[in-house]
Amino acid sequence: MTEAVNLCVGLAMGLNLVALTTGRLPSLIRIVAVQGMLLGLMPLLLEHWAGPIVFLMVLGTVTIKGFVIPYLLRRAMRAAHIDRDLEPLIGYVPSLLIGAAGTVAAMAFAGRLPLLPEHRDTLLVPGAMASVLTGLLLLIGRTKAISQVCGYLVLENGIYLFGLLLVHSVPLMVEAGILLDLTAAIFVIGIIVDRIQRAFDSLDTRKLTTLRE
Amino acid sequence: MMELGLILVPSAAALAAFLWPFERSRPWFLIGVALVHVALSLTLLVAPPAAPLSEWIGFDPLARALLPTVSLLFLGCALYGVPYLALRRERSNRAFVASMLAALGLMSAAHMARHLGLLWVATEAVTLASVPMLHFNNSPRALEATWKYLLVGGTGVALSLLGSFCLGYASLYGGGSGDLRFISLMAQGEDLSRPWLLIAWALLLVGYGTKMGLAPMHTWKPDAYGEAPGIVGALLAGGVTTVAFAALLRVRAVLDAAGEAAVTSRTLLFLGLLSTLVAALFLLATRNFKRMLAYSSVEHMGILAIAASLGPAGVWAALFHVWNNSLTKASLFLSAGNVRRAAGAATLDVASGMSLVTPRSAALFVTGVFAVTALPPFGPFFSELQIVRVLLESGRGWSTAGLLACLLLAFLGLTRITFSVVYGRPSAAVRRHAQRFPETPALIGPPLLLLGASLWLGLFTPSVLRSAWKEAVDLLFVLP
Amino acid sequence: MSRLLHALVSLVLLLGLAPLLPGIVGRVKALVAGRRGPPLGQLYFDLARLWRKDIVLSTVVSPGFWIGPAVAWVAVLGAALLVPIQPLGAVISFPGDMLLFVSLLALARFATVWAALETGSAFEGLGASREVSFAVLSEAALVTALVALCVQSGATSLEAMLTPTSGAAGVLLAAGLFLVLLAENCRIPFDDPATHLELTMIHEVMVLDHSGPLLATILHGAAVKLMCFTALLVSAVLPTQRLDGWLAALAWFGGVLSVTVAIGLVESFMARSSFRRVPLLLTTAFLLCFFALLVAWNEGGA
Repeated sequence: MTEAVNLCVGLAMGLNLVALTTGRLPSLIRIVAVQGMLLGLMPLLLEHWAGPIVFLMVLGTVTIKGFVIPYLLRRAMRAAHIDRDLEPLIGYVPSLLIGAAGTVAAMAFAGRLPLLPEHRDTLLVPGAMASVLTGLLLLIGRTKAISQVCGYLVLENGIYLFGLLLVHSVPLMVEAGILLDLTAAIFVIGIIVDRIQRAFDSLDTRKLTTLRE
Repeated sequence: MMELGLILVPSAAALAAFLWPFERSRPWFLIGVALVHVALSLTLLVAPPAAPLSEWIGFDPLARALLPTVSLLFLGCALYGVPYLALRRERSNRAFVASMLAALGLMSAAHMARHLGLLWVATEAVTLASVPMLHFNNSPRALEATWKYLLVGGTGVALSLLGSFCLGYASLYGGGSGDLRFISLMAQGEDLSRPWLLIAWALLLVGYGTKMGLAPMHTWKPDAYGEAPGIVGALLAGGVTTVAFAALLRVRAVLDAAGEAAVTSRTLLFLGLLSTLVAALFLLATRNFKRMLAYSSVEHMGILAIAASLGPAGVWAALFHVWNNSLTKASLFLSAGNVRRAAGAATLDVASGMSLVTPRSAALFVTGVFAVTALPPFGPFFSELQIVRVLLESGRGWSTAGLLACLLLAFLGLTRITFSVVYGRPSAAVRRHAQRFPETPALIGPPLLLLGASLWLGLFTPSVLRSAWKEAVDLLFVLP
Repeated sequence: MSRLLHALVSLVLLLGLAPLLPGIVGRVKALVAGRRGPPLGQLYFDLARLWRKDIVLSTVVSPGFWIGPAVAWVAVLGAALLVPIQPLGAVISFPGDMLLFVSLLALARFATVWAALETGSAFEGLGASREVSFAVLSEAALVTALVALCVQSGATSLEAMLTPTSGAAGVLLAAGLFLVLLAENCRIPFDDPATHLELTMIHEVMVLDHSGPLLATILHGAAVKLMCFTALLVSAVLPTQRLDGWLAALAWFGGVLSVTVAIGLVESFMARSSFRRVPLLLTTAFLLCFFALLVAWNEGGA
């Protein structure tokens, strides 16, 4: 089981780095969707017994993270007639190097943290920290609104990954609530992005600078 | 059962308001729900249930100490909301009314949540529910403010979720079950794993501090409060910040029970002083009286953080200050909204001489500013005095000096802007613009009532409130 | 068999088989495009034809112009001598020869670049500068991959080092080495070997002015370099050492064939990425090899 878990998390960490290099929005959305689906399948690998409710949760997570949220983002993208990010604030090569350095640092740091025996060999904690870092990098470093939203989704993926450590203790209702909140957030963000596009005629967040003292 | 009514009534009303087809009568939902909510919360304040409903959600002493202020705040906003929405007929108020009611229900849920995960879900939902209200003005500036609010707030809230999970892992590693209910977390006490506990505190402080508006996570506040309608600013500044502060108090209690009181005390004191300093400096510089209110809110959040860093007496004073702050700030935002609407803009170069254009709102505005800068006999004076006294008694002389200096600077900044807005000669354009928005009693009444409530609270703090705060403090500080 | 026979057979295989690889790549590309394509041995015919022709020398060049390709060919030959062919092993092998391998390849590149700059033409200078700047990153990736193999096997000679890696390290190393292979041998997505627009060439433009036997030398040297990298990749990943005799040889040939076909497929399905993106791709290759190194180090230390 640990092997399968590590493989999934390793793939997710690889997807993090790929997300840092791509400038095209459709591929960024696809990467985040694949990562979400991959991580959505994880409870099946972690649970020793797979009851029907776990199946339902997994199905819900995979559907929402893999299809619903990317659909909302693609709709916003099409409405704005863009598919390419501008030159980011943190360039592609520096952000890739920072992401890789962060991944290595996360793995080193996670080795120092006190972990329960069943979690010690898994990549869950380093994967979570690396995804959080990647998400923050994307949020800070990109200029287009949709890229920033993808960064937020990667951040949420990282937090979800960490939440898997508590999969036995956090009840399903809270998990469902978190997922619902995420969907609602993306829905609301989609509406706002649409309004921004109509008001500013672009999704370049560097244009959102009229508010100052 | 009444406790659930606090959540269910506004939520059901939100749905009903969303489906209600008549624009003119929809705002009355606000008043109806507000009255019911105030009745419920005051009844529960005076006659609390013997035990909270469950270990997950319930009207425990901290909710009893803070939830009625949200109800009263909402009542004031609802009374203002009806004439306000009548003025803003050009936009459909469906989303506005529904989201305002939903925000009330979710804030009640957040106050009553006794499980860290549930608290997070409610807080995030409040963030989302405020979005339609924030960009009600639908201008590019409002959209920009909403975007920053979503991004900064969303990131902060996400980090607080990570912090909640870290706290759960601290419990799991310490031999517990990873249960996030506050009761079980506090019961585990010293068993909680220290590294995870500290990581969790850092993340939760940053996360909920962003929602509160503590520096340096306050950057969304001036933009959001500056571009939103006054009523929304009142609700956010008085209600949502209270929710985040209550969350911080609960988490702080968990760390206290685990023996990490020194860490929380130091970090809260540092952030509190930083917030008051940053707010004071920006207050001296800003030229927009709605952004000024946002910085004043940051300053008061700093004061709350400082109070929370002290022991039981400090937290008692903090709860007192939450009440004062909510009521006074709400009054300020509403009267500032009146002034801004009459002037057409919120900047100093446009709005001046408003005492001649909107005399009553300007008078309320000035009085409100004095109240918020701790003029006796208004409420904030008494709570801030209490906080300063506790700070001195705990031996932190330098911090007290710093706090008082920042309060003085903030006072200078606030009065500078207020007097420029209120005194002087209004331009002809402003006079013409203000004729479209006369000061009706309906628009003056709510801020006057809220200010009066703040005055009454300062002079005659009812004993039922005092005992409610005392019980909340006893809950948060588990004596060995 | 005696060592001399080993050495002769290896040499013949390396030098003789090398021109077949570009032919296979071309055939794969043609088949994917729906054409029949040139014969597999096209490069042999080209080499023979070029050898018969005369050299055309520009008047501004110094002897460096024709020394360059000769030095490059010898250097690549030297590097090829170090690469093991299963199951015969490498012709020459001694501890630390991986560094010699990298140095010889660098020498070959230097000689080619010198010959290119000799002509004094702007186009060659363009290609040379691009080639050298990309080489910084690709050599870093190559060295990192070799260090990863070194850490994993504990030896420093290529023959001993190329024990196949497995698991995560193997996958990462294979991906990294494949990207390095594409970069060093001027394949898509780093450089288009079929382009005829001088502004978009990197490697072809450096050899624009060579002709006759010099060009034949360069082409053959490029083919041998491709053979070296392919052999390196195959030996690093395929567990051919566990098999013996003819089975190992068959497995090795199969590996070389599949890598070549993979190159052909990559060339058919991808386009050359713009110059701005190439450093990013090379950094990715470097990071893949670096992560393989970390995994190998972790497993070795743990």
